[in-house]
Amino acid sequence: MASTTLDGAAAPEQGNLKSRLRRAERLRKVKAVGLVAPLALFLVVVFVVPIGSMLLNSIDNGSLRQVMPQTASSLQQWDGEGLPGEATFAVFADELRDSRRGGGLGSVGRRLNYEDPQYRGLLMRTLMGLPSASDNWRDTLIDIDPAWGETATWQGIQAAAPPRTDRYLLASLDLERGADGEVQRVDQQDRLYQAVFQRTMVIAGGVTLICLALGFPLAYLLATLPARTSNLLMILVLLPFWTSLLVRTAAWIILLQSNGLANQSMMALGLIESPLQLVFNRIGVFFAMVHILLPFMVLPLYSVMKGISPSYQRAAVSLGAHPFAAFWQVYVPQTVSGVAAGTILVFIMALGYYITPALVGGPADQMVSYYVAYYTNTTNNWGMAAALGSILLMVTLLLYLVYHRLVNRRQLIRR
Amino acid sequence: MPDNDNDAQAPLIRFAGVQKTYDGESLVVKDLNLTIAEGEFVTLLGPSGSGKTTCLMMLAGFENPTGGDIFLGRQRLNSVPPHKRNFGMVFQNYALFPHMTVEENIRYPLKTRRLPAAEADRKVSEILDMIQLREFARRRPGQLSGGQQQRVALARSLVFEPQLVLMDEPLGALDKQLREQMQLEIKHLHQQLGLTVVFVTHDQGEALTMSDRVAVFNDGVIQQIDTPSNLYEYPANAFVAQFIGENNTLAGRVESVEGERCRARFGEGMSTGAVLGPSLAVGDVTHLSIRPERVKLDGAAHDLPNRLSARVHEFIYLGDHLRVRCALPGNDDFVARVPVDAFDHQLKPGDTVELGWRDEDVRALDAP
Repeated sequence: MASTTLDGAAAPEQGNLKSRLRRAERLRKVKAVGLVAPLALFLVVVFVVPIGSMLLNSIDNGSLRQVMPQTASSLQQWDGEGLPGEATFAVFADELRDSRRGGGLGSVGRRLNYEDPQYRGLLMRTLMGLPSASDNWRDTLIDIDPAWGETATWQGIQAAAPPRTDRYLLASLDLERGADGEVQRVDQQDRLYQAVFQRTMVIAGGVTLICLALGFPLAYLLATLPARTSNLLMILVLLPFWTSLLVRTAAWIILLQSNGLANQSMMALGLIESPLQLVFNRIGVFFAMVHILLPFMVLPLYSVMKGISPSYQRAAVSLGAHPFAAFWQVYVPQTVSGVAAGTILVFIMALGYYITPALVGGPADQMVSYYVAYYTNTTNNWGMAAALGSILLMVTLLLYLVYHRLVNRRQLIRR
Repeated sequence: MPDNDNDAQAPLIRFAGVQKTYDGESLVVKDLNLTIAEGEFVTLLGPSGSGKTTCLMMLAGFENPTGGDIFLGRQRLNSVPPHKRNFGMVFQNYALFPHMTVEENIRYPLKTRRLPAAEADRKVSEILDMIQLREFARRRPGQLSGGQQQRVALARSLVFEPQLVLMDEPLGALDKQLREQMQLEIKHLHQQLGLTVVFVTHDQGEALTMSDRVAVFNDGVIQQIDTPSNLYEYPANAFVAQFIGENNTLAGRVESVEGERCRARFGEGMSTGAVLGPSLAVGDVTHLSIRPERVKLDGAAHDLPNRLSARVHEFIYLGDHLRVRCALPGNDDFVARVPVDAFDHQLKPGDTVELGWRDEDVRALDAP
């Protein structure tokens, strides 16, 4: 009897148990999903989708294809030698005329201007003189502007024909494709972005190191003081968050300018003879960015340090270590996770800084974000803006991976 | 009396009139005088806030005495920084360094002393064998069980052969069984290696199990310092009687004194013979202290000089014995401890029983 129950009934019983467990867990799952869903939806709509489409913009080459689909496809057939055939001239003339409607001409002109700044004018002139019909479009166009008889003109339009391009990404790294299609560096005087990326890294790295140097002792103090005092100090640390970033940055200009408080005090004390240039240069950028980002270093450090029992250092001292050695050998290694969190947070935020360097920095202190904003707001070159942004994102991810490896290797196994 | 044994040799540690205050208003430790001989296992026992841990911290050098001196042999310790005291210390939470392996933890005190590598290797290896954790040498503390961590902490505090080992409630985090096992292990280590140990705990059982002498702290003052058996049998005052072991207290007044014995009155017109505690005279208010196991019930009480009847509240069965809670005039919670085989199973709560005890089982003590 007992054995029959075991053999016969145990299996279905078990399946039953599993399904009952699933049913019991289902409500919890629904609850969990329900709690997360609004945020997840929000993130997808305002974060994932825009960033994804932004990244796509960096390789998007669709403007010509959108406005002049037939010209684009017939030029893609062309071997790039001599001039394209009459058919190409004909569809081009047709589509040029149609492009006046709906503002398509503007976007094509802008796109072609990246190849050569003459194109927009050429397109305008051609459109003005374009007859409604012609037997030989090739001659007609060349009559309107001799540029249409040049191979280079058509090659430029051909470059804009494929749906995807790497020109923006290459340009963001001071690279281009030469006449033979090989990747090469751009001319010396046109090189810009490698230096900008380097500068961005140097400023972000410098700010991070200064924040660490200033934030570590502060966090240590906060973590070791009695709760009453440390709470008061913590409010002071968080106080800057209550003020707008713009106001704080402007305040630094007022403080640091030639006849500002800092210079006047130092002159009054006889430390300096004439005002120092403290703002609209790298010094000002460091001052303002460190001030703004310091709390982001202090908070993760503090939360880690708060969890480190003072008995570790006491133990080290009782085992014969000098208090400094105890601090360095026993306390500091336990703060690694806080240092890692703080530095990565500050570094990544600093990489994307735009307003502060733009306001308190000079022309040679502008970071990548400045150029992203420039291309987005001033020249409407979304491709370049997206490419610079994508490369910054990739560099950041790469650095983060390297960093993660380094820190993980030393990762503490906590109790 | 307690210091008689140590007079022959100079004490290793001497607290002389040590005081400590944190806030400048109240003394956490008031006038502490204590000597510890070499090879002795001394426990500082007391409730939390009694000053016992502060004493240990002053000995370790993490706190400075506000007044008085601490001596190591002839050397005044007050101005010696903690890292130069050469005392081993085991902390309440072990304080094993989480980023170091077991071996690195144990090697740390040897590294700070710049011992040659070969000698350090030998010592670490020896002590790993002693604590039987050789196969865990490469693990980190977080991967060990509580008992194993405890052993590593011990090994780390012993590997540099300190002249004194301080232990701050080292067994507090372990469960009961493991704690009892570790108590014996530490006691055996003390005997084998001839260590001098100062041990802090609030667990009186632990103190009685392990110590040569126990100093009972209360309110910043050592109430009594004595061997475990003397503490239990001859408590100096009502606090010690109450704190060490189980105890019944009856509030009374000393009626007459005859040498070391006295008669004391308690409740409503009842009296008992008792052993006279220190500094008591006729007419003084006293707390009469009777251990539950010395209280006899019914038949066993017949021949005893002090007898009275009481109502039974309840029986608590504890396997080898029963606790019988009774109501006495002046004490609603009077406990008698009766072996199970000597117990009359007819008794029910609400019944009246006769309780009895001998004169020498009662101590008339200072009322706190």
